[in-house]
Amino acid sequence: MVASGTRDRAAVAAKESSAPRRNAAYRSTVGIKVVMAVTGLLFLTFLVLHMAGNLKIFFGAESFDHYAHWLRDIGAPALPHEWFLWIQRGVLTLALVGHVWAAATLALRAKRARPIGYAHRPKVQGSYAARTMRWGGVIILLFLVWHLLDLTVGTVNPVGNPATPYANVVAGFAPSRWPVTLFYVLAVVAVGFHVRHGLFSALRTLGQRTANGERWARVAALGFAILLCVGFLVVPFAVLVGWVGPA
Amino acid sequence: MKLTLRIWRQSDREARGKMVTYKIDDISTDMSFLEVLDVLNEQLTATGEEPVAFDHDCREGICGACGMVINGVAHGPQKLTTACQLHMRHFKDGDTIDVEPWRARAFPVVKDLVVDRGAFDRIIQAGGYISAPTGSAPDAHATPVPKPDADAAFEAAACIGCGACVAACPNGSAMLFTAAKVAHLGALPQGQPERASRAAAMLHAHDEADFGGCTNTGECTAVCPKGIPLTVIGAMNHDVLGSAIRGR
Amino acid sequence: MTYPGEFFVDGDPIADTKAPDGPLAERWTKRRSTGRLVNPANRRRLDVIVVGSGLAGGSAAATLGELGYRVRCYCYQDSPRRAHSIAAQGGINAAKNYRNDGDSVERLFHDTIKGGDFRSRESNVYRLAEVSVEIIDQCVAQGVPFAREYGGLLDTRSFGGAQVSRTFYARGQTGQQLLLGAYQALERQVSAGTVAMHTRHEMLDLIVVDGRARGIVVRDLETGAVTVDLADAVVLAGGGYGNVFHLSTNAKGCNVTASWRAHRRGALFANPAFTQIHPTCIPVSGDHQSKLTLMSESLRNDGRVWVPSAAGDTRVPADIPEDERDYFLERRYPAYGNLVPRDIASRATKAVCDDGRGVGPGGRGVYLDFADALTRLGRPTIEERYGNLFEMYERITGDDPYVTPMRIYPAVHYTMGGLWVDYDLSSTIPGLFVIGEANFSDHGANRLGASALMQGLADGYFVLPNTIGAYLADGPFQKLTPKHPDVVSARSAVSDRVQKLLSIDGDRSVDSFHRELGKIMWEYCGMERTDAGLRKAIELIRSLRDEFWTRVKVPGTGAELNQSLERAGRVADFFELAELMCIDALHRSESCGGHFRAESQTPDGEALRADDEFSYVAAWEFASPPVLHKEHLTFEYETPSQRSYS
Repeated sequence: MVASGTRDRAAVAAKESSAPRRNAAYRSTVGIKVVMAVTGLLFLTFLVLHMAGNLKIFFGAESFDHYAHWLRDIGAPALPHEWFLWIQRGVLTLALVGHVWAAATLALRAKRARPIGYAHRPKVQGSYAARTMRWGGVIILLFLVWHLLDLTVGTVNPVGNPATPYANVVAGFAPSRWPVTLFYVLAVVAVGFHVRHGLFSALRTLGQRTANGERWARVAALGFAILLCVGFLVVPFAVLVGWVGPA
Repeated sequence: MKLTLRIWRQSDREARGKMVTYKIDDISTDMSFLEVLDVLNEQLTATGEEPVAFDHDCREGICGACGMVINGVAHGPQKLTTACQLHMRHFKDGDTIDVEPWRARAFPVVKDLVVDRGAFDRIIQAGGYISAPTGSAPDAHATPVPKPDADAAFEAAACIGCGACVAACPNGSAMLFTAAKVAHLGALPQGQPERASRAAAMLHAHDEADFGGCTNTGECTAVCPKGIPLTVIGAMNHDVLGSAIRGR
Repeated sequence: MTYPGEFFVDGDPIADTKAPDGPLAERWTKRRSTGRLVNPANRRRLDVIVVGSGLAGGSAAATLGELGYRVRCYCYQDSPRRAHSIAAQGGINAAKNYRNDGDSVERLFHDTIKGGDFRSRESNVYRLAEVSVEIIDQCVAQGVPFAREYGGLLDTRSFGGAQVSRTFYARGQTGQQLLLGAYQALERQVSAGTVAMHTRHEMLDLIVVDGRARGIVVRDLETGAVTVDLADAVVLAGGGYGNVFHLSTNAKGCNVTASWRAHRRGALFANPAFTQIHPTCIPVSGDHQSKLTLMSESLRNDGRVWVPSAAGDTRVPADIPEDERDYFLERRYPAYGNLVPRDIASRATKAVCDDGRGVGPGGRGVYLDFADALTRLGRPTIEERYGNLFEMYERITGDDPYVTPMRIYPAVHYTMGGLWVDYDLSSTIPGLFVIGEANFSDHGANRLGASALMQGLADGYFVLPNTIGAYLADGPFQKLTPKHPDVVSARSAVSDRVQKLLSIDGDRSVDSFHRELGKIMWEYCGMERTDAGLRKAIELIRSLRDEFWTRVKVPGTGAELNQSLERAGRVADFFELAELMCIDALHRSESCGGHFRAESQTPDGEALRADDEFSYVAAWEFASPPVLHKEHLTFEYETPSQRSYS
């Protein structure tokens, strides 16, 4: 072969290395997205239950505190005290690691895939929610740290007593602590955006493939996003305007 | 019309490029965008400068050769239109227009606005076909294909391989291109025997070529001159998962 | 009437010696079952070069690869998927008779011979009709998404020049879908290692050693490197040369260089004057125009062509009442109406515009009106059939054809002429095969709609792979090295020519020459040709060519991607071809098919053949002046008659 340029050899080399390997699927970009999708769906399930539990605050301090304490005894007597909670925390932590790992891997790949950017900043043509997944995710992660310190561990909560979650909530969202509430609101909105694209994206990743299904997936994603926003925001709002006050 | 064009100039693969500004007059609104570049190149040739290199061929929106990012949008502002079919009636007198090549590691710039899209051919080589050697075919009517399936296959098969999806994707992903072929062949009865292995092999070639992963942002389908729907990516994910689950 | 000596000299007649004798219907079977074969082990030792990756080249490279030959395929585009076959819109003919409307191989054969105005070879055309059936099977198996009916079976439509519905289609993108099928088969072979694909490479010369085609000289369009590739056989599939007219429906890169270089090395060029002007293109809008866009002929199925009855009527179409419109195709050709063959529709269009009844800017256009079809079939059906074409029309012109009629005008579309080949598709240089639009073989003086795709794929998938074996059975041929004197000289000739183009450093761009050449050709060698006009054209071409070689300006160097340089080489070859086209058109003083000599017409303005004098293929040998070899056409099964579509 006389007429063979360097590019031809590069093409041959690329071809040889691209012989499909067995079990390569989980390392592929789709495999990474499946991790993202499955962990995301776990979070979504958790959030829906979490939100439902939060709403118990409207049934009064006793009911709410009772519910909070019950959480520690789910599965009893088969499971000892707080075991379920720790299992759940373990699973969610693993899911978080998986979710962040997948996000970071895809972000790095994306950066690698476009070493030189555009001089004319590309106009967003697709959805805004989709373009804010990464920064939105980081905001949610930062919020999560604060949220755990505030209402789980209690370090930054004015009351901070694990025995009295109702009081913690009321104190945490007290009008005087408005910057905290504002941060909470922003984070919940970020969750809404995140879910709006995330749920649609997860369904797509898991094989949703019809035009009709796409419409339903978009409706479902928007519906869950709104549901979560409203469900989570109604509690601080209620505290702020006094519907829910000190017990 | 008078226009100011800012165009990416780069002399070869290794060279550093930069945006260079050109003024151009006497543009008619009936011209296509590529004809404006033709006029500019005539002007540059007359003054002894090197013309701007750009890929183009059929100039009727079907060969997929042309492609440039115009004011930040692949193929420019008009939806469902390649750069060669974009007419100047969509611009205003006095506009400044930025013209850049597709940007992706998998599409190295060859010169000016010309990029190397060989990675697309390698993705097809990995499995974007039905193995039907010449002469082996049964009668065309041996297997009826339900019209909805044939239409779905056609919709995905309309891809022209221009690369706009990659250029627009914030992740530099070629998933729309890859999935379009997977969806086309997967929708037909003739494509079933190789369906699972095809998806896995093509995905592998896609990743090996250094394209990014899809995050379903939809930027690709928004700029696609043939309107390939995002659903094809779901079809591909479906087949990839099927392949992984069935272990082939 | 010209006589040998002024522009050309007469040479010995030639003949096709490869077609078997016997009944027409049995010749291809006989050829296939008696031709020599190459055993599979030997195929692995035989190198075949394919130049071009369109329907013909792509399908041939894939099929030869499947057979086990070592194939190398070259294209100038950045991917084989971009070859200009991709732009064919309407469909592909096949004598399947799925409609039960009386179609048969014989009828397709008859229609093609008649459509070609009795200037093609019966054996070849019959084979084409026969193979058409297999093409559809092959393409369906590859996953080509042809249009289907609700029952899941293939849909067909009728096309110009036929009274049966035998055209298979994939919306308005049939060429694209067929090409992608061939491209995918080709990439499968690349992956299997039987075909090496070289994109962005242009063939600039043919290497002939001891009378056999043994390789090519190519230029890597990215690096400018000029290299040679040596093989046992070379297959040219470079497409047609319509771009000699500058404005045509061809892609900008389409060129004659591969064929022309082979012609200069001894391959005869047949019927160069036979060009097809397509009746339904979007009219020219200004001087900046870089190419013309075809609107598929299939539109004539449902669209009605008309102009105002009175010259100079400037009302908008909606204001012109029915009785003041002239549906001139339906009026003149009642049996075929709007579906008359392309050459007839084109000339009729020109005639009404010459009458001053043309519409649109410059009066070079006629209406193609869908109002009746929209009423009869409803908008959804029209959208389904032609949606993408309507959109394309609106994008280019800004007019909505659902509301106002399209304007159309003829444009150069296809070239029936090409390198002369025998029944085996072998040129006059042993080892050089020519397929697809690049050869002259099957369409005579005019091609029927939806037959180009058929011919390209017939040649590539079914004919060439079966006939090339007879030649390669004698191989592998003597081993050559790049140091062989004939190889060295071919290569240095290419480098010298590149340097020559770069060194002129004049003051006119390549495009300005191409545009001017195109105007000469369109004016004098276009839809209507005259003795005086062609003589004038030859004179103008010669002086413009001389000017080109002293004044052309090619910026940049030869060692880089240099698109001006690529174009300069192609335009230089177009100059030589243009002259031969005019000489061919001048010598053939009859009218036939797409070649219309004003001196030879019936009283009502139709092409008038002169069978006694011109029932031959004009095969030209490169020389100064060119030498004319005639291949006489004999018709055993068809009786040449005056074509009548009225």
